[in-house]
Amino acid sequence: MLAFTLRRAIQAIGVMIAVGIIAFSMFRFAGDPVNQMVGMDTSGAERAAIRKSLGLDDPVIVQFGRYIGNAAQFKFGVSYQFRLPVTNLLMERMPATLELAIVATIFAMLSGILMGVYSALRRDSWLTHIFQAVSLIGISLPTFLIGVLMIYLFSVTLGWLPSFGRGDVVHIGWWTTGLLTLSGLKALIMPAITLGLFQMTLIMRLVRAEMLEVMRTDYIRFARARGLTTRAIHFGHALRNTMVPVITVAGLQFGSVIAFAIITETVFQWPGMGLLFVQAVQNVDIPIMAAYLMMVSLIFVTINLVVDILYTIVDPRLRSTVSRAH
Amino acid sequence: MTEPVLSVRNLKVEFASRRGTLRAIDGVSFDIAKGEVLGVVGESGAGKSVTGLSVIGLIDPPGRIAGGEIRLAGLRIDDLPPEEMRRVRGKRIGMIFQDPLTSLNPLYKVGDQIVETIRTHLNLSEQAARRRAIDLLAEVGIPAPEKRIDGYPHEFSGGMRQRVVIALAICAEPELIIADEPTTALDVSVQAQIISLIKRLGRDHGTAVMLVTHDMGVIAETSDRVAVMYAGRVAEIGPVQDVVKNPLHPYAKGLMGAIPTLAGDDKRLVQIPGSMPRLSAIPRGCSFNPRCAFAFDRCRVDRPEPLPHGAQSVACHLYDTVPAETAA
Repeated sequence: MLAFTLRRAIQAIGVMIAVGIIAFSMFRFAGDPVNQMVGMDTSGAERAAIRKSLGLDDPVIVQFGRYIGNAAQFKFGVSYQFRLPVTNLLMERMPATLELAIVATIFAMLSGILMGVYSALRRDSWLTHIFQAVSLIGISLPTFLIGVLMIYLFSVTLGWLPSFGRGDVVHIGWWTTGLLTLSGLKALIMPAITLGLFQMTLIMRLVRAEMLEVMRTDYIRFARARGLTTRAIHFGHALRNTMVPVITVAGLQFGSVIAFAIITETVFQWPGMGLLFVQAVQNVDIPIMAAYLMMVSLIFVTINLVVDILYTIVDPRLRSTVSRAH
Repeated sequence: MTEPVLSVRNLKVEFASRRGTLRAIDGVSFDIAKGEVLGVVGESGAGKSVTGLSVIGLIDPPGRIAGGEIRLAGLRIDDLPPEEMRRVRGKRIGMIFQDPLTSLNPLYKVGDQIVETIRTHLNLSEQAARRRAIDLLAEVGIPAPEKRIDGYPHEFSGGMRQRVVIALAICAEPELIIADEPTTALDVSVQAQIISLIKRLGRDHGTAVMLVTHDMGVIAETSDRVAVMYAGRVAEIGPVQDVVKNPLHPYAKGLMGAIPTLAGDDKRLVQIPGSMPRLSAIPRGCSFNPRCAFAFDRCRVDRPEPLPHGAQSVACHLYDTVPAETAA
């Protein structure tokens, strides 16, 4: 088990180094960063001085080594536009994005699993048909359109929810949270639903399909022949067996929730990493783009690792194949 | 005679399909007494498994019991509300399925599955149920049960898993066990062990057993009585020695003729020509008549009803007291 985790961790580090190469090469393809930083009237000598102070004269491999070394310590250089360390900018924005992503994922998981289980067990109920229709909308409508439509309905027409921003936030150490204030919670509702809707429909359809599959298996039939209660069969035996693929998808999707947050954050002017990234793209702020890329990959890789470990907890068969492999 | 544990009368099971209703079971009747093993044989599709499933109330839609009645120790169970039928399942009727590899939930320890079943039906504490589970595992012949109880199904071999399944089927001391092809998925060497285990448990606990199989050898070894099914009906039923040594129904004769013997055999095994009709195309009269070497006019018109003939009961016009000439 430990060896398995270690091996997976080493693989994860390999992936991160590969991402580092891509992030680093962005600096070299997006033009001369010095030109981005200085005005038109800066002299050649001053440019050279800046170049030297930033270490841009060194060989590529040295620069890359330095970049990776710094990245490992979460140092991603200085933003071209803000003249502030990128790490500080990201850290400042990260709580907003993570809170949004986590709430969106919890919303997606809870409602997706509930709707999926319900529509698998009551195949002909009218509520199932409504769920199916909703899931079709969630899958086919683009995120930004849903966000804009919700703003139009709940902010402009009804005036119930704020159309942008994060509301009042509370500082807890370096973390800022909007979960503790009413305006923060109200501001979170629409972005979280917008962001989670696609995941919710995905999970609902997955749970439904898996559940229908599991309900046909011999062990469910045998559980019925043993006279277990319907609740024990549905929620003890069937649901747990549908959980393995659901955990995979939900875990992998958490990464894309953070990635998709770019769109949601733009629509709702949510002060998170995604919005920072979009602004960085508009201003060719390579350090921020590279750092964002690294951060998102780190989150992806970490989640994958956690999901792999979670499998073995849910499914005992994997536990033994994992230990037998060593 | 005391009341039989299981009494099935004129059972009819139908499946609604796009091309009309198919009758899978058409008027099946039999009894099983306390401690008795009834073997049910027949080809695939003869309705053996469906009969077993309808007794335990697990016919899935679009199938349904269309007629007849099923009584368990006198209590009518075919029309019980679902929740009451659930209490009968596992508690008063235990069931063993064909494939032990897929009968157990792979994500739960076998002990948890047994304890769960025990506690569903008997008012026992967690510890008491666990002790009982260990005793059960020991009784079905699992070595070191106090260790194995915390194993997962995939850590057991096929034969051992079938023993666990049997332990699950008997954990609430049912009056009746339905074993649906319990040995078909197992190695031949393990089959005999499982069969003798089922037989021993039935004897020790006075449990009635309905043993569904297509293996005549298993029947001959285990059963007290045997029912031969064909196309959703019982062709012949009677004590196992009589039916094996002296089958009456032409189909039963054919089946017994198809059993290989060890004693100096130079002749080919007997085959029954043709195959069983599909449910959508059951012939008029006796459903066996197109394959029967003895069929005469009446067989093509008139459906034979089961009539007693000695200790056996047979549904065939050859044994009808009404002379064939007058009927035709």
